[in-house]
Parts: sequence; structure tokens; C-alpha cells
Amino acid sequence: MLDLTKYSFVGAALRDAMQQFADEVCLIEADREREKHRLTYREFNARTLPLAKAMQNGGFSAADRASIIMTNQSKWLISAFAIFYSGGVLVPLDYKLTPAEHWQLLQHSGTKILITEYPIWRQLATSPGRANAPNVQTILVTEAPPSADLSGARRWEDFKAQQSPTFIPRERKDVASIVYSSGTGGRPKGCMMTHENYLEQCVALTSLYPFWPGVRYLSILPTNHAIDFMVGFFGPFTCGAAVVHLRTLRPEFVREAFTKYKITYVSLVPLVLKNLQKGLQTRFDELPPGKRKVFNFLVGINKAFTKSHPRLWLSRRLLKEVHAAFGGELQAIIVGGAFSEPQTLEFFYDLGIPVANGYGLTEAGTAITVNDLKPFRADTVGKPLPGMEVKIVDPSPDGVGEVYVRSKTIMSGYLDEPDLTAAAIVDGWLRTGDLGKFDPQGHLHLSGRKKNMIVTEEGKNIYPEDIEAAFEGLPVKEFCVFAANYIWPKRSMVGEQLIIAIHLENNQQFTDELKQGIIRRNNRLLNYKRVHGCVLVDQDFPRTASLKIKRSELAEGLSKLDRGRAILPL
Amino acid sequence: MATLEQTTQEVLDLATTHFKLVPGTLAPEDDFFKKLGIDSLQTLELLSRIENHFNIELPDYEVQGVSDFKTLAERIQSRL
Repeated sequence: MLDLTKYSFVGAALRDAMQQFADEVCLIEADREREKHRLTYREFNARTLPLAKAMQNGGFSAADRASIIMTNQSKWLISAFAIFYSGGVLVPLDYKLTPAEHWQLLQHSGTKILITEYPIWRQLATSPGRANAPNVQTILVTEAPPSADLSGARRWEDFKAQQSPTFIPRERKDVASIVYSSGTGGRPKGCMMTHENYLEQCVALTSLYPFWPGVRYLSILPTNHAIDFMVGFFGPFTCGAAVVHLRTLRPEFVREAFTKYKITYVSLVPLVLKNLQKGLQTRFDELPPGKRKVFNFLVGINKAFTKSHPRLWLSRRLLKEVHAAFGGELQAIIVGGAFSEPQTLEFFYDLGIPVANGYGLTEAGTAITVNDLKPFRADTVGKPLPGMEVKIVDPSPDGVGEVYVRSKTIMSGYLDEPDLTAAAIVDGWLRTGDLGKFDPQGHLHLSGRKKNMIVTEEGKNIYPEDIEAAFEGLPVKEFCVFAANYIWPKRSMVGEQLIIAIHLENNQQFTDELKQGIIRRNNRLLNYKRVHGCVLVDQDFPRTASLKIKRSELAEGLSKLDRGRAILPL
Repeated sequence: MATLEQTTQEVLDLATTHFKLVPGTLAPEDDFFKKLGIDSLQTLELLSRIENHFNIELPDYEVQGVSDFKTLAERIQSRL
């Protein structure tokens, strides 16, 4: 791999990777059973330069911002490299957001160029939110049909400039990207990640989970997510490895990809990992009793021999069929984005498939701790990565306190939010808002949250403030959304839910009509953002002088209620 | 060609069989995440079944944000 300690910015590392690994395959893109693209680093570079030149011709220069709203595909990565090549700041947005949310973040980020796919642009172009983002000057749309109305956008594929673009260098402390950790609807939290953040994180991660030419990483998590950006783009690219993109994420095509491309690594969110477990378990349960016995025996042997560390060669021989279904070359499944249940992690490890679980925040640049597999520990989120200082602040008698982190991978701050930044980073320490403790072996155990938010099994961070807009117009005196565990702390990182606290008008009853009104509004939200119940409050919400709800005070008041009785299910 | 109503009914029937429900449990306006208590991954499995049944390809972007059977049927209908 490239020695990233010698680089001052992401663009330079990627540029050198293009030369050093010129003839290696860097990208495979498949759509169902068809392989659409297979690019070497040389070809990838050749596709990037005309785009970078066209962007520069359009006035895009150092520190300008460009957003990508795309599903995982080759043009995502090509566009990102073109942005870095031009000294720009990448703003990767989640393609699953609504058009209104997209425009809000495009406006907030000060995006100059938007790069998106035609199906997404079709919805964005007609959204009224467009009027609020005049800063978006150029829109490049990929894969538009020949006769499509582009509504002022330009075709990505049209850029075939012959001249070379200018390579624009940046400094380590300059912002490389703005990644939104939350904030649609409320106060957008755009984490400003520096070039140093990415370079340092990549060095730390690849010291435990290396990439090399010949590695094929299956990129399923959206690349706007910090994990996939690192292990599905920057990490493999600076090591000469290849990334596999699937345009269709139906389970049967994902399954097929493992064997077809002999995948080395894949990243999954806990929900998908759990589903995979369920599917495998059903197949094991269907084995005839004799075969089942032999299978269990082999799993037992595997467990005994992999106690101290993984022995992939042995596991692949012992449990040949299981490993063959994963392509036979899988080194590890990287799981992140949310908390994984130990039982699921153990299930895979027992089969000889190491699961690299860990703990991270966008604000901390992907990962803070990772399981180093020496030995595998399903009950923890691993040890701090090299270069990470982690401490537990204000521990309770049982050692549990808030997790603070300090390292060169911590963001420089939230975009245009000095107050939020000052609250999040104190003397260089990032206050994570998560609760945990270290065990004698130096492994971190997480046990709940201090902050008012939830993380779904799909790895989505949901902040209650962000979804309150959906309940506007609800005919009640006042309402406020909370993470249930924020009110009633639970020593748990799974099964988190949101609730809506409602204060009715004088003499108002909680009627079925009102309940239906809540449900109707709730259903407008994406399924993972919905509230699960409501709590009736019989007094005015505490408010500040500027009439903002004092959430922590209200939560404290609610905490005196019995959780089980107080929450009325919707 | 099948009408939208017929397509909707076929989708409901497929979902009923796929999730082993009592016939008549599902209605066109039902939110399938909520009614069936399924996640996005299980929805993808149902979509594969629907694709095979209608012999069409539903690109992921076409069904992005769809959460009720009626809208899903409309998207299918436009590709029949």
C-alpha cells in the first residue's frame, strides 16, 4: 500500500495509486447478472480527468463544494476523485433522503456542483426545495435517457475534455469532505472531515484489516456512509485493491456476487447480518439429522481451534460448503453503523467467518474501536485503534461513564455551528454521548446512550428534533419527540425506539381521531424514523425565555412515570 | 393487459403467500412495513418474488420510498 503518512491530502494519495497500481482492477460494477464495468486504475484515472477538467472549466476550484447523491456505482467514485483532484470538498449525501431533505442539505453545505443519477434528479428537479438552493450552480446527471428533459442539468457522460485538468493540492488540515451525521429537519450537523482525518484513519484501519492488490471488497453500504467511504473507496484504492458495486441489492444477487467475484471483505449493518444469520440457520435446521450431527461436530472442532485467533485455512476446510457459499475467500465481514448483538457475531465466528465489529461515529472518522480478533470477543466492541485515545468520564461505581475520544481522526467541527462544535469537542476530546466502560483486557463495552437519539439496526442515526416537523399541525397544545431510552435509561444498545410526548389542550381527550392523526403523520416519515408510541403529559412543557422546549428538563419530569404504563403504542 | 386493480390484487396475493398470511388480511392502502412488520431487506425479497411473477425488472430506484401496495402496483403497472 501507499505510505499515507507521507501524504498531505486525499487527492495526492489517490493520484499516486492510479500510477502505482495502473494495471490492477480497481472497480467492478454489476447489474443483476450483467457485469457493466470492469476498470483498471489506469482506466479509472482516464475517466476521471475529463470530468475534473470540465468541473474546473465551469469555475470549480480549491475549497469549492460538490455533492454526490448516487447509489453505489463506478461514477460515484470517479466523481469523488475528480472533486479531490480539483482541490474541492466532497459532500456525500444519502440517496435515500427525500428531495426536500436533499435540497436543504445542498443549501446548507453551500454546494456548487451537484452530481446525481437521473432517477434521483427526476424527483429533485420538480421539488419546490430547489428554489432555496441557488448556490447549486451546476448539476451533472448520469445515465439520463437520450430524450430525457434534464431541467437545466447537464449530462455527466458528455464531459470528454481533451486537455488535462490542473491538479490542485491541499493541506492536511483543510476540509476534505462534509458528512452529515444528522440534521434533516432540525439543525443540520455537517461534520467537517479533514484530509488528515482520512489519511490517519486509513493507516489505523489497514494496520488491522489490510487490503492488497487482488482483494475484492463488496460495497453494499452506501458510500456516503463513513464506513463505506473508508473501506469501500479510500482504503482499497490506496492499496491497489478492487471494489465491487452492485446496482441491485436484492438478496439473490448479493449472494451470487460472493461466489462470482470471490469477495474478500464486505461491510454490513447489523440488520443485514442478522438476516444472513436467520437464512443460514434455517438451512442448517433443514439438514437431515445425520448430516446435522456431523455439521455440529465440525463447528465444534472449528470453535476449539479458533479460540485464540482465526484460522481461515482450517475453517474453510472444515466447513467447506458454508465458506463456498461466501465465495471461499472471505477474510472478514465488517459490521458497523449500529450495535451488533453478540449472539449474531458468535454465530459467524463459530463458522470460521471473522466479524470485525467495532464502534465509531462520523464525528470521529469511521471507527474508534475495532475487534482485533486476538482473540475474538463478541461481547465487546473491541480495543481502540492505533492513534486513538479513549477515556471514560465520570464513571459510576460500576465503571460506566461517557466515552470521550481524542485522535487525529476527529472532525474539525460542525459546519457553521460553533456552539454545537464547542459542546461536542472539549479540549480536543470528542464527547461521544455514548456510555461504556473498559474491561481489564482493554476492550470497550458499550451500555447505553446519554444523548437524545437512537441508532437503528440499519445504522441510521435518528435525532428526535429532526422528525418533529412531520407532526406539525397536530391538534394538541404541544408535543416533543424523544428517544425512549433518553427518558428511561436502559443499559442496552439495541431495540431503541422513539416516542412522542403530547400535552393536550384543556378538556381535550385523547380520541381515536387524534391517534389516527398521529399515525397519519407518522406514516409520512420513512419507516425507520417513525415513533412507536406516545406519552401523555398533563402540564405545560418547560421552556426557555425564547420559548424553546427544555428537553432535558421535560425528559427528567417524564422519567418519573412508569415506562411500561406511560407509553401508549401507536 | 391487466388493469391496475388486477395488478394490485396480484401483488396483495403474492405478499399474502410470501408472508404466509390469512387471505384478505392485506388492503391496497396498507403500509407494508407497518402492517407486516418487515424491514427493508424482507421487502427486497418480496420484490424479487414480484419481479419473477410479472416477469419484469423493477430497478431499486423505482421502488425507493414506496411503502404501500397501491403505489407499488402502480410502479409495476407502468412496466407491464
